[in-house]
Amino acid sequence: MSKPEFIYVIYIETTPEKLWEALTDGDFTERYWFGVRLRSDWKVGSTFEMVRNNGTVSDAGKVVEYDPPRRLAYTFVNLSDDYKGELPALATLVIEPHGKLVKLTLTQEGFAEGSKFLLGISKGWPAILSGLKSLLETGKSLDVPYAAMKS
Amino acid sequence: MNIHDFKPTTVYTIYIAATPAKVWEALTTAELSRQYFFGNAVEVELRVGGAFIVRAPDGSLHIGGEVFECDPPRKLTVTFNVNWPALIEKLGPTLVSYEIEPAGNAVRLTMTESHDRPISDDILSGGRQGWPAILSSLKSLLETGAPLAVKMAPPQRMLAALKQLGIATP
Repeated sequence: MSKPEFIYVIYIETTPEKLWEALTDGDFTERYWFGVRLRSDWKVGSTFEMVRNNGTVSDAGKVVEYDPPRRLAYTFVNLSDDYKGELPALATLVIEPHGKLVKLTLTQEGFAEGSKFLLGISKGWPAILSGLKSLLETGKSLDVPYAAMKS
Repeated sequence: MNIHDFKPTTVYTIYIAATPAKVWEALTTAELSRQYFFGNAVEVELRVGGAFIVRAPDGSLHIGGEVFECDPPRKLTVTFNVNWPALIEKLGPTLVSYEIEPAGNAVRLTMTESHDRPISDDILSGGRQGWPAILSSLKSLLETGAPLAVKMAPPQRMLAALKQLGIATP
Protein backbone atom coordinates (compact mmCIF):
# COMPACT_ATOMS: atom_id res chain seq x y z
CA MET A 1 0.00 0.00 0.00
CA SER A 2 1.53 3.30 -1.02
CA LYS A 3 1.33 6.18 1.42
CA PRO A 4 -1.31 8.84 0.81
CA GLU A 5 0.44 11.63 -1.07
CA PHE A 6 0.10 13.74 -4.19
CA ILE A 7 2.95 14.36 -6.63
CA TYR A 8 2.80 16.73 -9.59
CA VAL A 9 5.55 17.66 -12.03
CA ILE A 10 5.34 20.48 -14.56
CA TYR A 11 7.94 22.00 -16.91
CA ILE A 12 7.92 25.76 -17.38
CA GLU A 13 9.88 28.02 -19.73
CA THR A 14 11.14 30.49 -17.15
CA THR A 15 14.03 30.95 -14.71
CA PRO A 16 14.25 29.52 -11.17
CA GLU A 17 14.27 33.10 -9.82
CA LYS A 18 11.07 34.11 -11.63
CA LEU A 19 9.36 30.89 -10.58
CA TRP A 20 10.44 31.46 -6.99
CA GLU A 21 8.94 34.94 -7.02
CA ALA A 22 5.74 33.59 -8.57
CA LEU A 23 5.44 31.04 -5.75
CA THR A 24 6.11 33.41 -2.88
CA ASP A 25 4.88 36.89 -3.86
CA GLY A 26 1.31 37.51 -2.69
CA ASP A 27 0.48 39.95 -5.50
CA PHE A 28 1.65 37.37 -8.03
CA THR A 29 -0.11 34.37 -6.50
CA GLU A 30 -3.39 36.29 -6.55
CA ARG A 31 -3.21 36.22 -10.38
CA TYR A 32 -3.17 32.43 -10.79
CA TRP A 33 -4.21 30.86 -7.44
CA PHE A 34 -8.01 31.28 -7.65
CA GLY A 35 -7.56 34.85 -6.41
CA VAL A 36 -5.78 33.77 -3.23
CA ARG A 37 -2.82 35.70 -1.81
CA LEU A 38 -0.16 33.73 0.03
CA ARG A 39 0.72 35.59 3.22
CA SER A 40 3.82 34.88 5.29
CA ASP A 41 7.09 36.48 6.36
CA TRP A 42 8.64 33.21 5.07
CA LYS A 43 10.74 32.59 8.17
CA VAL A 44 10.91 28.90 9.04
CA GLY A 45 8.30 28.27 11.71
CA SER A 46 6.24 31.36 10.79
CA THR A 47 2.55 31.27 9.91
CA PHE A 48 1.63 30.55 6.29
CA GLU A 49 -1.84 31.60 5.13
CA MET A 50 -3.95 31.75 1.97
CA VAL A 51 -6.02 34.93 2.01
CA ARG A 52 -9.11 35.43 -0.16
CA ASN A 53 -9.73 38.85 -1.72
CA ASN A 54 -12.38 39.55 0.96
CA GLY A 55 -9.67 39.22 3.59
CA THR A 56 -10.74 35.87 5.05
CA VAL A 57 -8.23 33.04 5.42
CA SER A 58 -9.06 29.86 3.47
CA ASP A 59 -6.05 27.70 4.40
CA ALA A 60 -3.36 27.96 7.07
CA GLY A 61 -0.20 26.25 8.29
CA LYS A 62 3.49 26.97 8.87
CA VAL A 63 6.64 27.59 6.83
CA VAL A 64 8.96 24.56 6.97
CA GLU A 65 11.70 25.33 4.40
CA TYR A 66 12.70 28.50 2.57
CA ASP A 67 15.75 28.06 0.33
CA PRO A 68 15.48 30.42 -2.68
CA PRO A 69 15.36 29.59 -5.54
CA ARG A 70 15.41 25.85 -4.94
CA ARG A 71 13.16 24.52 -2.19
CA LEU A 72 10.03 25.84 -0.53
CA ALA A 73 8.00 23.83 1.96
CA TYR A 74 4.99 24.67 4.08
CA THR A 75 2.14 22.89 5.74
CA PHE A 76 -1.47 23.87 5.26
CA VAL A 77 -5.00 22.64 5.69
CA ASN A 78 -8.26 24.12 4.43
CA LEU A 79 -10.18 25.66 7.32
CA SER A 80 -13.69 25.00 6.01
CA ASP A 81 -16.00 22.52 7.74
CA ASP A 82 -15.52 20.16 4.76
CA TYR A 83 -12.14 19.18 6.20
CA LYS A 84 -12.97 19.35 9.91
CA GLY A 85 -10.50 17.35 12.01
CA GLU A 86 -7.86 17.14 9.26
CA LEU A 87 -4.31 18.21 10.07
CA PRO A 88 -2.05 20.47 7.97
CA ALA A 89 -0.22 18.46 5.29
CA LEU A 90 3.33 19.20 4.13
CA ALA A 91 3.71 20.65 0.63
CA THR A 92 7.25 20.72 -0.77
CA LEU A 93 8.06 22.58 -4.00
CA VAL A 94 11.39 21.75 -5.63
CA ILE A 95 12.72 23.91 -8.48
CA GLU A 96 15.36 22.42 -10.78
CA PRO A 97 16.92 24.01 -13.87
CA HIS A 98 16.35 21.73 -16.88
CA GLY A 99 18.20 23.08 -19.91
CA LYS A 100 16.58 26.45 -20.61
CA LEU A 101 13.48 25.29 -18.74
CA VAL A 102 12.60 24.76 -15.12
CA LYS A 103 11.18 21.55 -13.68
CA LEU A 104 8.83 22.13 -10.76
CA THR A 105 8.00 19.15 -8.55
CA LEU A 106 5.26 19.46 -5.95
CA THR A 107 4.82 16.78 -3.31
CA GLN A 108 2.16 16.98 -0.62
CA GLU A 109 2.15 14.35 2.10
CA GLY A 110 1.20 13.68 5.69
CA PHE A 111 -2.46 12.84 5.09
CA ALA A 112 -4.47 10.37 7.13
CA GLU A 113 -5.83 7.32 5.27
CA GLY A 114 -9.02 8.31 3.45
CA SER A 115 -8.30 12.05 3.78
CA LYS A 116 -10.85 14.22 1.97
CA PHE A 117 -8.33 17.04 1.99
CA LEU A 118 -6.00 14.89 -0.15
CA LEU A 119 -8.77 14.60 -2.76
CA GLY A 120 -9.27 18.37 -2.61
CA ILE A 121 -5.62 19.30 -3.13
CA SER A 122 -5.26 16.63 -5.86
CA LYS A 123 -7.83 18.59 -7.87
CA GLY A 124 -6.50 22.00 -6.88
CA TRP A 125 -2.77 21.74 -7.61
CA PRO A 126 -3.03 20.84 -11.35
CA ALA A 127 -5.29 23.86 -11.95
CA ILE A 128 -3.10 26.21 -9.90
CA LEU A 129 0.20 25.08 -11.42
CA SER A 130 -1.24 25.01 -14.97
CA GLY A 131 -2.33 28.63 -14.42
CA LEU A 132 1.11 29.51 -13.08
CA LYS A 133 2.78 28.03 -16.18
CA SER A 134 0.44 29.94 -18.51
CA LEU A 135 1.07 33.20 -16.67
CA LEU A 136 4.86 32.83 -16.77
CA GLU A 137 4.96 31.73 -20.43
CA THR A 138 2.24 33.90 -21.99
CA GLY A 139 1.62 36.71 -19.48
CA LYS A 140 -2.00 35.59 -19.24
CA SER A 141 -3.47 33.46 -16.49
CA LEU A 142 -6.03 30.74 -17.15
CA ASP A 143 -9.67 31.48 -16.50
CA VAL A 144 -10.63 28.22 -14.80
CA PRO A 145 -13.61 28.74 -12.48
CA TYR A 146 -13.26 27.21 -9.03
CA ALA A 147 -16.44 25.19 -9.59
CA ALA A 148 -15.10 23.65 -12.84
CA MET A 149 -11.99 22.47 -11.02
CA LYS A 150 -14.01 20.71 -8.33
CA SER A 151 -16.24 18.69 -10.65
CA MET B 1 -8.17 -8.37 -23.14
CA ASN B 2 -11.03 -6.80 -21.25
CA ILE B 3 -10.93 -3.04 -20.75
CA HIS B 4 -12.67 -3.43 -17.37
CA ASP B 5 -9.72 -5.39 -15.93
CA PHE B 6 -7.53 -2.28 -16.16
CA LYS B 7 -6.77 -0.20 -13.05
CA PRO B 8 -5.33 3.35 -13.21
CA THR B 9 -1.68 3.55 -12.13
CA THR B 10 -0.75 7.06 -13.30
CA VAL B 11 -3.04 10.06 -13.72
CA TYR B 12 -1.86 13.44 -14.99
CA THR B 13 -4.16 16.45 -15.31
CA ILE B 14 -3.27 19.73 -17.01
CA TYR B 15 -5.36 22.77 -17.91
CA ILE B 16 -4.79 24.36 -21.32
CA ALA B 17 -6.00 27.64 -22.83
CA ALA B 18 -7.30 26.08 -26.05
CA THR B 19 -10.49 24.60 -27.49
CA PRO B 20 -11.32 20.90 -26.99
CA ALA B 21 -11.01 20.47 -30.79
CA LYS B 22 -7.46 21.89 -30.78
CA VAL B 23 -6.37 19.62 -27.90
CA TRP B 24 -7.91 16.65 -29.73
CA GLU B 25 -5.97 17.60 -32.87
CA ALA B 26 -2.75 17.83 -30.87
CA LEU B 27 -3.29 14.34 -29.44
CA THR B 28 -4.23 12.67 -32.71
CA THR B 29 -2.15 14.18 -35.54
CA ALA B 30 1.44 13.51 -36.57
CA GLU B 31 2.05 17.16 -37.43
CA LEU B 32 1.37 18.46 -33.91
CA SER B 33 2.54 15.44 -31.89
CA ARG B 34 5.99 15.57 -33.53
CA GLN B 35 6.46 19.00 -32.00
CA TYR B 36 5.75 18.15 -28.35
CA PHE B 37 6.26 14.36 -28.10
CA PHE B 38 10.07 14.12 -28.44
CA GLY B 39 9.73 14.11 -32.22
CA ASN B 40 7.39 11.10 -32.21
CA ALA B 41 4.48 11.07 -34.67
CA VAL B 42 1.02 9.84 -33.63
CA GLU B 43 -1.01 8.14 -36.37
CA VAL B 44 -4.48 7.03 -35.35
CA GLU B 45 -7.51 5.66 -37.19
CA LEU B 46 -10.31 7.45 -35.39
CA ARG B 47 -12.74 4.57 -34.93
CA VAL B 48 -13.11 1.79 -32.37
CA GLY B 49 -10.85 -1.04 -33.50
CA GLY B 50 -8.68 1.34 -35.55
CA ALA B 51 -4.89 1.31 -35.32
CA PHE B 52 -2.98 3.59 -32.94
CA ILE B 53 0.66 4.05 -33.86
CA VAL B 54 3.48 6.24 -32.62
CA ARG B 55 6.49 6.46 -34.92
CA ALA B 56 9.95 7.44 -33.72
CA PRO B 57 11.64 10.35 -35.56
CA ASP B 58 13.39 7.82 -37.85
CA GLY B 59 10.00 6.40 -38.91
CA SER B 60 10.30 3.14 -36.96
CA LEU B 61 7.43 1.81 -34.85
CA HIS B 62 7.81 3.08 -31.28
CA ILE B 63 4.34 2.36 -29.86
CA GLY B 64 1.60 0.19 -31.32
CA GLY B 65 -1.98 -0.21 -30.22
CA GLU B 66 -5.67 -0.20 -30.95
CA VAL B 67 -8.48 2.30 -30.39
CA PHE B 68 -10.96 1.21 -27.69
CA GLU B 69 -12.95 4.41 -27.17
CA CYS B 70 -13.21 7.28 -29.66
CA ASP B 71 -15.51 10.21 -28.91
CA PRO B 72 -14.05 13.35 -30.53
CA PRO B 73 -13.26 15.82 -29.02
CA ARG B 74 -13.94 14.33 -25.58
CA LYS B 75 -12.41 10.93 -25.05
CA LEU B 76 -9.83 8.69 -26.67
CA THR B 77 -8.76 5.35 -25.17
CA VAL B 78 -6.04 3.28 -26.83
CA THR B 79 -3.65 0.47 -26.06
CA PHE B 80 -0.22 2.04 -25.87
CA ASN B 81 2.34 -0.72 -26.18
CA VAL B 82 6.00 0.16 -26.44
CA ASN B 83 7.49 -1.93 -29.24
CA TRP B 84 10.10 -3.79 -27.21
CA PRO B 85 10.20 -7.57 -27.50
CA ALA B 86 9.01 -9.41 -24.38
CA LEU B 87 7.53 -6.28 -22.82
CA ILE B 88 3.88 -7.17 -23.45
CA GLU B 89 4.52 -10.82 -22.85
CA LYS B 90 5.77 -10.13 -19.32
CA LEU B 91 3.92 -6.95 -18.32
CA GLY B 92 0.74 -7.11 -20.39
CA PRO B 93 -0.75 -4.27 -22.42
CA THR B 94 -0.76 -0.62 -21.35
CA LEU B 95 -4.00 1.32 -21.70
CA VAL B 96 -3.94 5.12 -22.11
CA SER B 97 -7.04 7.27 -21.96
CA TYR B 98 -7.29 10.99 -22.71
CA GLU B 99 -10.28 12.94 -21.44
CA ILE B 100 -10.92 16.49 -22.60
CA GLU B 101 -13.40 18.62 -20.63
CA PRO B 102 -14.26 22.30 -20.89
CA ALA B 103 -13.25 24.28 -17.77
CA GLY B 104 -14.17 27.95 -18.07
CA ASN B 105 -12.42 29.30 -21.18
CA ALA B 106 -9.79 26.58 -20.88
CA VAL B 107 -9.91 22.79 -21.08
CA ARG B 108 -8.91 20.14 -18.61
CA LEU B 109 -6.92 17.31 -20.17
CA THR B 110 -6.65 14.16 -18.05
CA MET B 111 -4.32 11.34 -19.08
CA THR B 112 -4.86 8.03 -17.33
CA GLU B 113 -2.44 5.11 -17.75
CA SER B 114 -3.86 1.75 -16.68
CA HIS B 115 -2.71 -1.85 -16.46
CA ASP B 116 -4.50 -5.17 -16.09
CA ARG B 117 -2.04 -6.62 -13.55
CA PRO B 118 0.16 -5.26 -10.74
CA ILE B 119 3.14 -3.30 -12.10
CA SER B 120 5.98 -2.10 -9.87
CA ASP B 121 6.67 1.59 -9.24
CA ASP B 122 10.09 1.04 -10.82
CA ILE B 123 8.50 0.04 -14.14
CA LEU B 124 5.86 2.77 -13.88
CA SER B 125 8.57 5.41 -13.27
CA GLY B 126 9.22 5.55 -17.04
CA GLY B 127 5.76 6.87 -17.84
CA ARG B 128 5.68 9.01 -14.72
CA GLN B 129 8.86 10.71 -15.93
CA GLY B 130 7.63 11.13 -19.49
CA TRP B 131 4.01 12.25 -19.23
CA PRO B 132 4.58 15.55 -17.38
CA ALA B 133 7.24 16.58 -19.93
CA ILE B 134 5.12 15.59 -22.94
CA LEU B 135 1.93 17.25 -21.70
CA SER B 136 3.74 20.38 -20.40
CA SER B 137 5.15 20.76 -23.91
CA LEU B 138 1.75 20.17 -25.54
CA LYS B 139 0.30 22.96 -23.37
CA SER B 140 3.12 25.35 -24.32
CA LEU B 141 2.69 24.51 -28.01
CA LEU B 142 -1.03 25.32 -27.99
CA GLU B 143 -0.69 28.44 -25.82
CA THR B 144 2.48 30.03 -27.19
CA GLY B 145 2.89 28.40 -30.62
CA ALA B 146 6.19 26.84 -29.56
CA PRO B 147 6.77 23.56 -27.73
CA LEU B 148 9.20 23.20 -24.82
CA ALA B 149 12.71 22.01 -25.59
CA VAL B 150 12.61 19.29 -22.93
CA LYS B 151 15.73 17.16 -23.01
CA MET B 152 14.90 13.95 -21.22
CA ALA B 153 17.49 11.52 -19.92
CA PRO B 154 16.67 7.83 -20.52
CA PRO B 155 14.35 6.43 -17.82
CA GLN B 156 17.16 4.64 -15.96
CA ARG B 157 15.06 3.33 -13.08
CA MET B 158 12.59 1.68 -15.47
CA LEU B 159 15.32 0.30 -17.75
CA ALA B 160 17.10 -1.24 -14.77
CA ALA B 161 13.85 -2.85 -13.60
CA LEU B 162 13.15 -4.24 -17.09
CA LYS B 163 16.66 -5.68 -17.26
CA GLN B 164 16.10 -7.44 -13.94
CA LEU B 165 12.96 -9.02 -15.39
CA GLY B 166 14.98 -10.24 -18.35
CA ILE B 167 13.26 -7.89 -20.78
CA ALA B 168 15.67 -6.72 -23.47
CA THR B 169 15.55 -3.01 -24.36
CA PRO B 170 17.14 -1.22 -27.34
